Amino acid sequence: MTSAMNLDELIEGVLAGEDRALARAMSTIENRTGQHRELIEGLYPHRGEARVIGVTGSPGVGKSTLVDRLATAYAADGLSVGVLAIDPQSPFSGGSILGDRVRFDRSSGEPDVFVRSVSTRGAPGGIATATSELTVVLEAAGMDRILIETVGAGQSEIDVVRVADSVAVVLQPETGDDVQMLKAGILETADVLVVNKADLPGVDQTITRLQEMLEIARHTPSEAAWEPPIVRTVAERDEGIDGLRDALHQHHEYLAEDSRLEERRRRRHRADLRRLAIASFERQLDREFNRPGGLVERIECVESGEQSPYHLVDELLANWIPESDD
Amino acid sequence: MSSAPKEAGRPIRCMVAKVGLDGHDRGAHVISRAFRDAGFEVIYTGLHNTPSDIVRVAIQEDVDVLGISILSGAHMTLVPEVLEGLAERGAAEDTLVLVGGVIPSKDAAALKEQGVAEVFGPGTTLAETIAFVREHAPVQ
Ligand SMILES: Nc1nc2c(ncn2[C@@H]2O[C@H](COP(=O)(O)OP(=O)(O)OP(=O)(O)O)[C@@H](O)[C@H]2O)c(=O)[nH]1
Ligand SMILES: [Mg+2]
Repeated sequence: MTSAMNLDELIEGVLAGEDRALARAMSTIENRTGQHRELIEGLYPHRGEARVIGVTGSPGVGKSTLVDRLATAYAADGLSVGVLAIDPQSPFSGGSILGDRVRFDRSSGEPDVFVRSVSTRGAPGGIATATSELTVVLEAAGMDRILIETVGAGQSEIDVVRVADSVAVVLQPETGDDVQMLKAGILETADVLVVNKADLPGVDQTITRLQEMLEIARHTPSEAAWEPPIVRTVAERDEGIDGLRDALHQHHEYLAEDSRLEERRRRRHRADLRRLAIASFERQLDREFNRPGGLVERIECVESGEQSPYHLVDELLANWIPESDD
Repeated sequence: MSSAPKEAGRPIRCMVAKVGLDGHDRGAHVISRAFRDAGFEVIYTGLHNTPSDIVRVAIQEDVDVLGISILSGAHMTLVPEVLEGLAERGAAEDTLVLVGGVIPSKDAAALKEQGVAEVFGPGTTLAETIAFVREHAPVQ
């Protein structure tokens, strides 16, 4: 078997849960090689019943260690686990070091744990689209649990984590950063709050702060009947992992009621659709802008004041003939 | 194919692993950073990897290049185990295996015979290593 694994073999291999096929499928998606659309279309109908869990938080709070222990705990119960470790790309040279693997030392010995490190290199629709599509591969492979680790930094990371059914936001005791991060809107995405490194001083104060913040959030209008539980862990020593599992399980049960899970997944697919549509539209727009004799050549009319840019946009949209995208 | 990562449309994916029991990963760190600066995507796995772990990770991460840093002297048992594991899983052809460390030239020749693409001794510059990867990485 060489790189020339054909599409049918690839799909079959993914459905059978073979590591190499999964890995190849993921590369196909990441690299946007010609087959990626057919691959996604081939896998989509086969998505199983995975519970998708996002794990986010500031750099260095212990997300990878936590994911490693959680994956190991699930594997010990006979569950298959897929992990996506999403790392920010170093913008300077285009290269990156994906180092989360260093912490996946326990789970990497488990035969039913599949881990993939993903850099946030430019994909159409951004890293959130890539994450969602990589999740499709793991879902089609019949994983029971899918864990997505990403640094909680900005909007694009929030979008990444929204691929998940349940989101665990990880903090460590008492750092100014964490409070900032929560202010930046991460608290709203949290279904479970984890205070990791509970062996360090300041845990109680941090939990009190969090409770206060949750209290404030509760007084702002929100449809949420779910209150994020706060879980303490010492990931390094494998402590509190059962508590985290319980909290995630309870959140799943909560979602299972009143078709909330369907709503979440609809939200994910809606976001996917929107990002893909925008990316596709953007590409077509660029093509139109580069087309000789195209509307853009009338840009002088705007310059001379004959027409407004709004007018040209209206005209562009009125005459828009969408192309099918690759 | 000797294309730079940009031209290839995607970065070269390299795994950097450290086998053996000695606790130094400075060399692996240095090479990881140099690879990153060259525009490669580096999967860094830390210390004390076993050959079977290395094979699993290389498969799951679908790497183009597997760099094994080894100082402990057990290269003649550990490296062949990795090569066999890759071959068993059908990944030997697609993975450029490099070994870095203090390896006697007789052993280096034997390892290359078994499928290692190149052995880099202490005298090798980072630029040489990067140039080798650029030239030989099996980017599809
Ligand atoms: N004291 C203490 N240290 C911990 C604990 N969990 C993890 N660490 C340490 O925290 C450091 C960072 O851990 P990671 O798991 O890599 O953290 P991360 O959030 O994944 O880091 P990034 O992916 O770089 O953002 C490591 O040195 C861990 O050993 C814990 O419970 N207590
Ligand atoms: Mg991490």
